[in-house]
Amino acid sequence: MIPELGTFALLIALVMTLLQAVLGLVGAHRQDAAWMRATTSITRGVFAFVLLAFLILVHAFITHDYSIEYVAHNSNNELPLMYRIAAVWGAHEGSLLLWVFILSTWSLLVSQFSKGLPDTFRARVLGTLGLVGFGFLAFTVFTSSPFARNFPVPTDGADLNPILQDPALAAHPPMLYMGYVGTSVAFAFAVAAMLSGRMDASWSRWTRPWTVAAWMCLTIGITLGSWWAYYELGWGGWWFWDPVENASFMPWLASTALIHSLAVTEKRGLFRNWTLLLAIFAFSLSLLGTFLVRSGVLVSVHSFAADPQRGLFVLGLLLAFIVGSLTLYAIRAPSLQSEGGFAPVSRESFLLLNNALLVAAAGLILLGTLWPLVMDVFELGKISVGPPYFNTVFLVPMLPLIALVGVGMHATWKRASYAGKGRTLAGFAIGGLVLGALVAFGCYGSYGVPLTIIGFGGGFFLMASSLWQPVQRALRRQTQSRAALGMAVAHFGIGLFVIGVSGVASYKIEKDVSMGPGDSTSIAGYDFRFLSTNDAVGPNYLAREAHVAISHGGQPVTELTTQKRQFKVQSNAMTHAGIAVAWNRDLFVALGDDLGAGKWSLRLQYKPLVRYIWLGGVCMGLGGLLAMLDRRYRRGVDAVPDTDAVAGEG
Amino acid sequence: MWRYLTPVAAFLVLGALFAYALVRIQDGKLDPREIKSPLLGKAAPAFVLPTVADTARQFDSASLKGHPYVVNVWGTWCPSCREEHSALLVIARRAGIPFIGIDWKDDNALAQQYLGQLGNPYTETVADAEGRVAIDWGVYGAPETFLVGADGRVLVKYAGALTEAVWAEKFAPHLQGGG
Repeated sequence: MIPELGTFALLIALVMTLLQAVLGLVGAHRQDAAWMRATTSITRGVFAFVLLAFLILVHAFITHDYSIEYVAHNSNNELPLMYRIAAVWGAHEGSLLLWVFILSTWSLLVSQFSKGLPDTFRARVLGTLGLVGFGFLAFTVFTSSPFARNFPVPTDGADLNPILQDPALAAHPPMLYMGYVGTSVAFAFAVAAMLSGRMDASWSRWTRPWTVAAWMCLTIGITLGSWWAYYELGWGGWWFWDPVENASFMPWLASTALIHSLAVTEKRGLFRNWTLLLAIFAFSLSLLGTFLVRSGVLVSVHSFAADPQRGLFVLGLLLAFIVGSLTLYAIRAPSLQSEGGFAPVSRESFLLLNNALLVAAAGLILLGTLWPLVMDVFELGKISVGPPYFNTVFLVPMLPLIALVGVGMHATWKRASYAGKGRTLAGFAIGGLVLGALVAFGCYGSYGVPLTIIGFGGGFFLMASSLWQPVQRALRRQTQSRAALGMAVAHFGIGLFVIGVSGVASYKIEKDVSMGPGDSTSIAGYDFRFLSTNDAVGPNYLAREAHVAISHGGQPVTELTTQKRQFKVQSNAMTHAGIAVAWNRDLFVALGDDLGAGKWSLRLQYKPLVRYIWLGGVCMGLGGLLAMLDRRYRRGVDAVPDTDAVAGEG
Repeated sequence: MWRYLTPVAAFLVLGALFAYALVRIQDGKLDPREIKSPLLGKAAPAFVLPTVADTARQFDSASLKGHPYVVNVWGTWCPSCREEHSALLVIARRAGIPFIGIDWKDDNALAQQYLGQLGNPYTETVADAEGRVAIDWGVYGAPETFLVGADGRVLVKYAGALTEAVWAEKFAPHLQGGG
């Protein structure tokens, strides 16, 4: 009975989202105050019913209700509670419900925190979000119901995919979806602006905190995913350019461009059309990601069970939203031309370049992601586009961007003068490169790869350049806006990230060895000594466990345990790596196959500075959080006079 | 006005590509998951392995020379193998060519029990306990089924549970005339 309530709740929510869309959009058009007020209440109602459906599914997982097909396929009597809850979004149907739940949460937040917006505008935003919600609820209800019944009821479930049974992965999808789906808010604001034909500085000020919030979630979500892949997949890589990773990374690039172009639109009223287009792009790329993951057109380790029928449904949604909004754009954009200009060297020009480079990177990644499909469809052969392509097309736009960020942060609007700043920045740049060379030769004893020193140098330069303004202001006991501080923290994070990537790419050592108890191998000055193996038992798996002692120059460093887990129900084996973390390196041991005669294959890795990759990601997210909490976005607080134009808000 | 229509036009092209891809997937003309085996058209890897029925006896793949035969990689631990088993029994009986089972990384006693209970579709079943031969064949998951022609070359590779429809579509055409 309870699962039917879930279906019923989704059906009510479906009807309500349609009402939300009609009352919001038509009400705004007719200037009907009652309709527009009703939109806000309905938005809350949608949230309540989607929440109810979501909780019913969670309850079904907790209580092992295998009469629901989805639960039977993705849970098991022995699955620990935490993963039973995470299993709610472990496969297609449930993750779609999570998608819808998060959309309704964003809509609720917009309806709660938009009291300062004009009624018409709010109604249009909520109406647009209602339309998106309607599309995805229809998709859920008609093609992918998580409450479909199963008969006869099995006594035990088929278990959650073992690869998903991990704490980071339990948190990764909700965070990523918060980001993905959050781009719909910026999209709704853009649609509302195009419908009203009005797009002024206050529009950008309303849109910015929402966009930054979504961007922050996306940043943290991607970082969590990368961290998980590193230790759970057993290869020790942190990014694979897998189509699904790209699907999350392209909206990230587009929303990064968007938060920067929004700054220009707010401060200077420029780039208006471009900002609208980026808001549409960011959301379109999120939808595209949903399509690629769920339609089965691309092959990926993460993709859900392929189903062309569902693919056609998502494609329909994709076409409706993207074609609809881009057509609206074609109609409205000519009347939203920006006025005013700027000098070739100015904050505007730096941000324009930033946008061009980010969008170019996103476009090239899109091309690489879709190319295998194009080849396959036109029977030109099966190919896969791999890291060599993606690394190149990503590095080429990103290297100049690092320099631009460091310099551009200190540019003023309209016309930038670097009098009094140029020397310091040049000092940072030279200092960074010298420090980079010192680290390369001093700590790692070699030049590395051709870009190592540039990478280190760029990272140090960026960190120094980001800290300069906040430190100076702190020393002078001047206040600084959270937005300015957030920008500094986020850019500092990029610096950390670049240093981490340079360190790992240049100096990592990987060695696959065959070892038995008592054997030892040395990499990067660390001695790995194989101690013993034994059997271990987990809640729903059996494991072979190996113990490896690590010493450096005769001094014991640590002892690591790595497991090869054999899950009972789904018979795949998973490697659980043993990792020793230190501020300057990770040591990584992963157990491979039993080679017989007491020997095991082991993968040993030395990963210098790898932690800074994720620390950088966390820093960027933190910067986003600070920026989004800036005082002037708060209700009732007028725009702060633009006193800190130099520190600015990127 | 026209230049503002560029984004929508570009997206429509993309949408058309996706729609075309989906339609082809639905018609079974496109399978992005299909990985063409590098073995196709090449000589089938030779192997000598103990048989499941009697581990003291060795089976040499050289004895199959000159005739087409099927190699099916399976294991008692593999649910999809259980799924394809009944289809395999029917197909093997009808095809009238040798079906060689490679029991991959398995327990021999379990394998004997499995074949005893479910029926034995194989002309010969060999035990690849360490998975060395499976590596030669490029197996990355069970079940996988190969068709080797009379000239000793691999003609078809199919990953996943075999059904009579798959057999009729992918394997049978190679056997007409010569088989």
